Order: sequence, then structure tokens, then C-alpha cells
Amino acid sequence: MIAVIDYNSGNIKSVMNALNRLGASATLTNDVKVIKSADRVIFPGVGAAAAAMEELKKRDLVDTLKEYERPFLGICLGMQLMNSFSEEGNVDLLKITDNKVKLFDKSYGDKIPHVGWNEVLLNSDPIFNGLKEREYFYFVHSYYVQASSNTIARCNYAGIEFSAGIKKDNFYGFQFHPEKSGEIGEKLLKNFVEVKL
Amino acid sequence: MLAKRIIPCLDIKNGRTVKGINFLSLADAGDPVENAVRYSQSGADELVFLDITATVENRETLSSLVEKIAENINIPFTVGGGIKSADDAYKLLSSGADKISINSMAVRKPDVITEFANRFGSQCVVTAVDVRKNPKFSSGYEVYIDGGRTPTNIDALAWCIECQNRGAGEILLTSMNADGTKAGFSCDITRSVSTSLTIPVIASGGAGTIGHFEEVFSKGSADAALAASVFHYHEIDIFELKRSLQKQGIAVRL
Repeated sequence: MIAVIDYNSGNIKSVMNALNRLGASATLTNDVKVIKSADRVIFPGVGAAAAAMEELKKRDLVDTLKEYERPFLGICLGMQLMNSFSEEGNVDLLKITDNKVKLFDKSYGDKIPHVGWNEVLLNSDPIFNGLKEREYFYFVHSYYVQASSNTIARCNYAGIEFSAGIKKDNFYGFQFHPEKSGEIGEKLLKNFVEVKL
Repeated sequence: MLAKRIIPCLDIKNGRTVKGINFLSLADAGDPVENAVRYSQSGADELVFLDITATVENRETLSSLVEKIAENINIPFTVGGGIKSADDAYKLLSSGADKISINSMAVRKPDVITEFANRFGSQCVVTAVDVRKNPKFSSGYEVYIDGGRTPTNIDALAWCIECQNRGAGEILLTSMNADGTKAGFSCDITRSVSTSLTIPVIASGGAGTIGHFEEVFSKGSADAALAASVFHYHEIDIFELKRSLQKQGIAVRL
């Protein structure tokens, strides 16, 4: 069973719909016991980092998420929250990685937020099985996770190369929305549902 | 490269897709869910649904339809038409729409743009702006509301900038001069709006050929292009359109 973390953060319905289309058994929950016993965790999110961290603290979920030992997938804001610190509200995050979350440079001339389908360069990793080295995914965000040794997928926008995907141990994170990225996104979610670590 | 988006638009009446015939009558064009799935599999990057009934009873039909669409497609979609309150918008978003689009209400009560952006996030709020040529205005175009029936005495570019400043996440810009003509998008106003804004602009109205799409991306600087009839009537195949755009050096998702 997949636990999809419910912490009042939007876009959850589309994640649940995508999992249903794959025939995966998923439950929307913020119950620590349910999360701890789940085979997989999906941590979605849309909105502001500081408010989301407050919601996690209110529900006592911070340690439960950090200490989770089976495959974990953060999506969009969920992925950003896995890192150390966000410029959005200058807030400390879950610190699963040491990376910072930064605002795109508005003076570069590209439109901010970064909205739409952009090309992503994928490393070799079991989560990308069956995908090409370059694939298009759907993004909606103004802040990005800086590239680091955790980066497993890269994308260019507003003059920088940022982390479109990260991995640390059992933790995966994607800045784009696999649940809105057509067939390729569906393949990626299916890989996550089946991945063995 | 961020891809230019191709967006088919579906008109919805009483829970069915409809197509205009010679601008006079409407013909049933099938189940919107089936149409949406077909588009999502044939290369569309995103979809827009416009409810043209918008009576109170039909709001319920619409949100259950939105729920079914969200269950069945795996690309983003926007729902517009007849949204009169934050509750209307909330119902559609919580049924699974990724974005909602507002038009006349935004002009009558501009505060709702900010209200929606604060409550749902700017990324969910598309303002649809219908414009018609009028040399009295500095951008050369005036904003119209009520489905193009009512002039507002507001300059098109000034209004688009105000929408952005109030928190809109995207502009859906329809040229009434071009709409229905199949003679090409209005690249002049599209370009002045798109290059003046920091949010994406979806150009709409006038698509007739593949060349028109090339033009609105290159000359018009549009971030996305929307069309209805050329896709409904299979006059343009989306994959073929995208391959042709790619040959012209325009980034597309293929």
C-alpha cells in the first residue's frame, strides 16, 4: 500500500487519480502509524514552503517522513521540502539532503514561474527504466533545488541548470509533475511503484 | 528548452462537447471525457474546457464532468465559463481541474483575481481576455466581456498587465478580429502582451494552418497557442503540427 501524505497541500487528487490509473493501491493519510507501515510514500505538494512546513509540524510528521526507510517520492513542493533550506520564506526544511531551494533569477528574462513542458536530462537509475535519456515533463514552479551530487535529472531554465530529480538512499524527489506528464510521467510513477531498493 | 504548448479547446454544453456550425447552431460532438482522452493521446500539451451553458443546475453537471476528466487524462487542464465566485472555482479545482479561467467577472470585480490567487495559488488562475481592434486605445485593442458583446473602454495591454499585477498566473488572449476567420492569429497584440508580461500568454483565435502556429510563436512571441475547430475537424494533426514547428527551430514536446 502507498501512503500519499495529506497535509492540506493541493494537487493530491491528481496524484491519487494517476495511481488509480496504474491500479496501485493508495491511501491519502496523515496517520503516523499508517505511514510507518506503508510500502511506499508519496509526498506531493503545491504552495508555499513555510506554510507547508507548519502543516507538517502541526501533524507531527517531520520525523516520520525523515526516518522512513522504504521508497519515498517527493513531488514539486514535496521534493523541495526534502532539502535543507528554502529562500521562500527563509525556512528550514526536512534536511534529508543538504541542498538549498532558491528563487529563479527574474532578471534573466525567462518568464517566472517556470510553467509548461521542459526537456529533462536523465541519469541512469532504475526509476528511469524504459525512458529515453531526454524526456519532456510538466513543470509549475518559481523556486528550484540547486544541482548537487544528489541530482539524478537535470533541467535548464532562467540561465541555470537545476535539479529536476534528486535521489538520496531511499528518497526520490521530482520537481516536475509525473502525474501530469502524459505517458512518460505515468511510466515514471509505475517505475516508482515497482522499484526495489 | 521550454516547449511551446499546443492547446485544443473544447466547448461544453449540458455535459456534452458541442461544435458550432456556421456560428448559428450547435451540434453534439460527443462525450467530453472521450474527446479529452483522444486529445491527450494525440499530442496535446494541455486542454481547455469552456462551459457555455453556465446555468446554476449545470454547475453540478460540470463539476462531476471535471471529476471524470481528471480521472481519465494525464495532462493539465483548465476549466472556464460562468465562474461567479470563489466557491465555484473551489468546486472545479477540488474536482480535479488544474486551473480555472475567469473573464467577465475579473473585469467587473478585479479583486477576485487576487482573492483566487491568494486562496488557490497564481498557477491555478488564468484570466481570459477577449480583445477587439480599436485605434483609440494605445495598444490598438479594447477589452470586451460577456462573450464579446460588451465593450469595456479598457486598453487590452493595460488590462493584461493589471491581471498579472493582481496575481493571474497566465493570460488566455483571444483576438475577436481573428476568431473564427482561420486567417491567422493576431500576432501584433499577442506580441505586445507577451513581451510586456512576465507570465505566460496563450494566444487564441484565428488558427487555420500550420503556418499560423509558426507565426504566433515566432512573430507573436506566444508561449502557447489554443485552437478549437482545426483540431475538432481534423484539419490539423497535432503531431504533424509539432513536427513542422520543430523543423522551424521551435521547441515542442514530441
